Amino acid sequence: MTSTTVATPAARLGETDLQSSARRAHSRRTAWVWVGRVAVAVIVVGGWQWFTTAGWVDKFFYGQPSGIWDSLVHLFTVGTAFGTIWENLGVTVEEAFFGFLLGTVAGVIIGILFGSNKYLATVFGPYIKVLNSIPRIVLGSIFIVAFGLGVFPKVLLAAVLVFFVVFFNAFQGVREVDQNLVANVRVLGASTLQVARHVTIPSAMTWIIASLHTAFGFAIIGALVAEVLGAQHGIGLIISQAQGSFDPNTVFACMVITAVVTLGAEYLITLLEKAVLKWRPPNRSEAQAI
Amino acid sequence: MSDQTRRPHPPGITPDDAARIDIIGLTKRFLTPKGEVFTAINDVTLTVEPGQFCAIVGPTGCGKSTTLAQVSGLEHPSAGSVSVGGQIVDGITDGVSYMFQADSLFPWKTVLGNVMIGPVLLGTAKAEATTLAMDWLRRVGLSGFEDRYPHQLSGGMRKRVAMAAALINRPRILLMDEPFGALDVQTKAIMQTELLQLWEELRPSVLFITHDLDEAVALSDRVVIMTTSPGTVKNVFDIDLPRPRGDVQQIRHEERFLELQGQIWESLRDEVTRAYAQTAGVAA
Repeated sequence: MTSTTVATPAARLGETDLQSSARRAHSRRTAWVWVGRVAVAVIVVGGWQWFTTAGWVDKFFYGQPSGIWDSLVHLFTVGTAFGTIWENLGVTVEEAFFGFLLGTVAGVIIGILFGSNKYLATVFGPYIKVLNSIPRIVLGSIFIVAFGLGVFPKVLLAAVLVFFVVFFNAFQGVREVDQNLVANVRVLGASTLQVARHVTIPSAMTWIIASLHTAFGFAIIGALVAEVLGAQHGIGLIISQAQGSFDPNTVFACMVITAVVTLGAEYLITLLEKAVLKWRPPNRSEAQAI
Repeated sequence: MSDQTRRPHPPGITPDDAARIDIIGLTKRFLTPKGEVFTAINDVTLTVEPGQFCAIVGPTGCGKSTTLAQVSGLEHPSAGSVSVGGQIVDGITDGVSYMFQADSLFPWKTVLGNVMIGPVLLGTAKAEATTLAMDWLRRVGLSGFEDRYPHQLSGGMRKRVAMAAALINRPRILLMDEPFGALDVQTKAIMQTELLQLWEELRPSVLFITHDLDEAVALSDRVVIMTTSPGTVKNVFDIDLPRPRGDVQQIRHEERFLELQGQIWESLRDEVTRAYAQTAGVAA
């Protein structure tokens, strides 16, 4: 009565055997996946270390895993010429975060607005395409000339990169709304705002959330590039200094630090996704993992 | 006459009169993407008495759904008019609910949230809307399922949710566009019986589109046959099977049912054949 799933009676012969063998097959599969993953890491990092130690690849240009580790230790213990690594990381994360926030909010609002208003979409459509096709990263130079070496131009560049990713997804999400649902609530007397609140926005949310994964990566890129172009603090500044002093290990060390931050942000976005989209049916890969 | 079984209502303006649908000379033309004018329905005239259950049957693509869209006010007629309760439809008609073949439930709302949407849109307080929705879930036999999401329900249960959501505002008019078209035969029969029970309680006027002639005869007071495109009314049959009809499965074996079904099929068959010839001609 309270269960919707069809439960076959457990009386069938050999059912427990079947279950335990399926469970064993599953854990075997998981174990092999991990073996494969570790092997890939060992081959890539170990190979790099081996090739540079043997001198087949010049570690002066391409760095070396052990050197990268030393740089990381140095960055976290001694710090940099511009303060501790935490201060610099904090600045970069702050820029990326606010850029992400600004770009997402603007992308969602304008995406939903254009998606639901054909006139606006038609008028602005070609301009959006032009803006999307120019190399926006170059805008960083303009922002730094206009707003100086502070945090704001970095936030702005990150926001510009994030905006287009989120905008196109929000726009498409609104276009994909089930028209039956719209007709249904309109007949029930929904106003335009109510249609947006109950149908358009929740429906576009799937698309918007999906875009946030890519968007945070873009926010970090925007912040780093703007710092490379000109800054007083930040991971991008450390990178550009390391480049100037022919120190590939520190560049790689900064890449590792940024990757960890991005993975952390990715994890938070996945949590958000799970909370907001909890209504979605489990996807096939989850269902298979019985 | 089908009116024999209905409660007599006093003369003059009664609340029931608000549920009368008069369609007069209704024509709807569309511009196709190629720029040609396509006439979906042409000069449709029909009346649904207050509280009557009227089925529209016709070949595929004859403009049945177009007719419903004009009654709801979602579209505007090219010529002719639709009046509901004596008022010409211009904009969304109040007191109308729609049920489509697709579930048209909100996948992101729980069962309770889906049923509540009607009162919520009308501005009912949340607590009151919840109580009302719980009561409707009980009526359609879904108590205990209020926290589920639509994808966790079977097809029949989703239809029950849609039915509760369509009826919770006590609409004067219920527009149903092949609501049970996608269900399996057994579930369909159960849903038909449940629909009739709920309809007996609330007595909205119903316009019910279907391809299934048995369904039309078993449920309706009046069956309207439409011609092939451009659709227009070909015949109207009054169904004098007594009400309440009870189990829809049983009624199919009654002699009068078979007699009416035979007559209506005679009328429909020519149209279906013609529609088939048209589409076959296009394909050739």
